Amino acid sequence: MSVLVYLENWEGKFKKNTFEAAQYAAKTAEMMGTSVIGVTFGTISDDAAELGKYGVSKVLNLSGDDYNSFDNYKIAAALKEVAAAQNCDTLIVSGTFNGKAVAPLYSVMAEAGMITNVTELPSSVAPLTVKRSVFSSKGFVNYSTEASSKVIVFIPNAVGVVAGSGSAEMTESNVSLGDLPQTNVTNVDRVQGKIPLPEAERVISGGRGLKGPENWSMVEELAELMNAGTACSKPVADMGWRPHNEHVGQTGIAINPELYVAIGISGAIQHLAGVSNSKTIVVINSDAEAPFFKAADYGIVGDAFEVVPKFIEALKKFKA
Amino acid sequence: MKVLVCISHVPDTTSKINFTSDNKEFDKNGVQFVINPYDEFGLTRAIWLKEKQGATVTAINVGKAETEPTLRKALAIGADDAIRIDADATDGFYVAQQIAAVAKENNYDLIIAGRESIDYNGGQVAGMLAALLNQPFVNACVGLEVEGSNATLMREIDGGKETLTASLPLVIGGQKGLVEEKDLRIPNMRGIMSARTKPLAVKPATDGASRVQVGSFEKPAPKSAVTMVEADNMDELVKLLHEEAKVI
Ligand SMILES: Cc1cc2nc3c(=O)[nH]c(=O)nc-3n(C[C@H](O)[C@H](O)[C@H](O)COP(=O)(O)OP(=O)(O)OC[C@H]3O[C@@H](n4cnc5c(N)ncnc54)[C@H](O)[C@@H]3O)c2cc1C
Ligand SMILES: Nc1ncnc2c1ncn2[C@@H]1O[C@H](COP(=O)(O)O)[C@@H](O)[C@H]1O
Repeated sequence: MSVLVYLENWEGKFKKNTFEAAQYAAKTAEMMGTSVIGVTFGTISDDAAELGKYGVSKVLNLSGDDYNSFDNYKIAAALKEVAAAQNCDTLIVSGTFNGKAVAPLYSVMAEAGMITNVTELPSSVAPLTVKRSVFSSKGFVNYSTEASSKVIVFIPNAVGVVAGSGSAEMTESNVSLGDLPQTNVTNVDRVQGKIPLPEAERVISGGRGLKGPENWSMVEELAELMNAGTACSKPVADMGWRPHNEHVGQTGIAINPELYVAIGISGAIQHLAGVSNSKTIVVINSDAEAPFFKAADYGIVGDAFEVVPKFIEALKKFKA
Repeated sequence: MKVLVCISHVPDTTSKINFTSDNKEFDKNGVQFVINPYDEFGLTRAIWLKEKQGATVTAINVGKAETEPTLRKALAIGADDAIRIDADATDGFYVAQQIAAVAKENNYDLIIAGRESIDYNGGQVAGMLAALLNQPFVNACVGLEVEGSNATLMREIDGGKETLTASLPLVIGGQKGLVEEKDLRIPNMRGIMSARTKPLAVKPATDGASRVQVGSFEKPAPKSAVTMVEADNMDELVKLLHEEAKVI
């Protein structure tokens, strides 16, 4: 039995998420002493050979009208058919928005034991056991499944990627889907030139301490300098200073970047719940008593309107 | 139009999370429970469908008697009736099977669940329920309009939004955007009074399997002490981020 991995692409391009999924699957397959097969949908413009660097040498590409726009049922059903045809009992999915829509459908179709919100590689493969985050990162627990079919959804950035050598071969493939419930995509609105939060390795985030939306240009400048995504606290999104998709925390997006810089954010428990998994946390706050400092690695007590411009200057100097 | 809103009963977001001494279970001692925040947005959206389009709204929970105050709160906010399936919500698949069994009997036009529960963060029930019912599924749903038997929906995608159409019946995994924070309904006195007499049916569980086993819980490793950097020494911060944290 092999491991199958859903290799998502965005308008034909692979991203770090894709490579992370490939690597997660390859390492799981290695633990199981078996091989790994990748599946990708639609027309691919990137070089699929790249995927080999992350341990997946065999990739099937399913293209055609069915896959021109995202349809969670079609992807789930196709993965199920490929899993059956290729003798795969374990599916690996990155927890992107699309991945999270596909996986539960797949689990019902393939009668698979499903474990989501996974933070590490499996600790054992018989039975398959993995650590997952619960209570919005306030706890962790090992889940295992003895179901004959399995699906694991890991949190983007949970395990990271390290490119090795190797090359992948992509072959065209197709499966018949049968009758499925339908949704039709009528419009896709993608924000250009921004790094989507779940996959951002560095995130610069602003809170109510920044006083108003007009003050976000320094956050954006900092983000650009560090190749980071931008985020905000919940009230900032609720007041319409920033778009909702930037709201991080327990009721927004949970992230686990390498670096999280919190500017003018108090560090309420609900905010921390979504960001405390960040590997390094920098807190800039004018109040030395702000609770966020207890969760920080580096803290700066000061007025954001003085500190952030100096931070930007220092970064520019460093980069030059 | 008949709308079913799935309500997960979860610790209040301010709760400190502890586990029992053997780490086998979540310790509910002293914890306040609330309607899962994602479900609050769905519930308010359903009540708008009731007020503007004459829908009937049923709230459902899979849980033991302790979850009834949470269902009563949903009634106080405006649901017409509620169903509690008397069972421990052991895992997402088990819950989805229980709700699917009720849905098959009652033919709802629209089932609104949340994108995820903030307790176990499964993100499974909505999609599994859709697949069990063989109905269209839109996850991370941030917009929903219904006209006759057609729905226009918006969902969040990585770095943007997608607009979709589908026909009822359908299942969504909802979140903020279905309604905004300021639109959320808080139960008022009249709502609370009338909730006491609204029907809350308790149904026995149907057969269902769990496919996962839960091992022992642990808390996150404690953070090491913070390193303070002087506000006028940002060169030092950059140096630390580069040399010590190795993140830039
Ligand atoms: C059910 C529920 C769910 C929630 N979910 C979330 C969630 O997912 N995410 C989330 O973020 N919140 C969430 N919250 C809200 C949370 O409780 C806090 O209210 C919120 O995080 C506070 O946002 P803030 O830190 O931006 O604002 P504030 O608490 O107002 O803090 C502003 C901070 O800025 C500092 N400051 C002020 N001026 C300056 C300056 N010039 N320079 C530097 N610092 C300055 C202040 O000292 C203060 O610490 C939730 C709340 C509830 C009830
Ligand atoms: N025990 C439950 N009873 C009713 N609905 C539930 C229950 N558990 C989860 N749900 C619904 O499913 C959604 C996703 O939950 P989960 O898959 O557990 O993250 C929640 O937002 C609820 O709408």
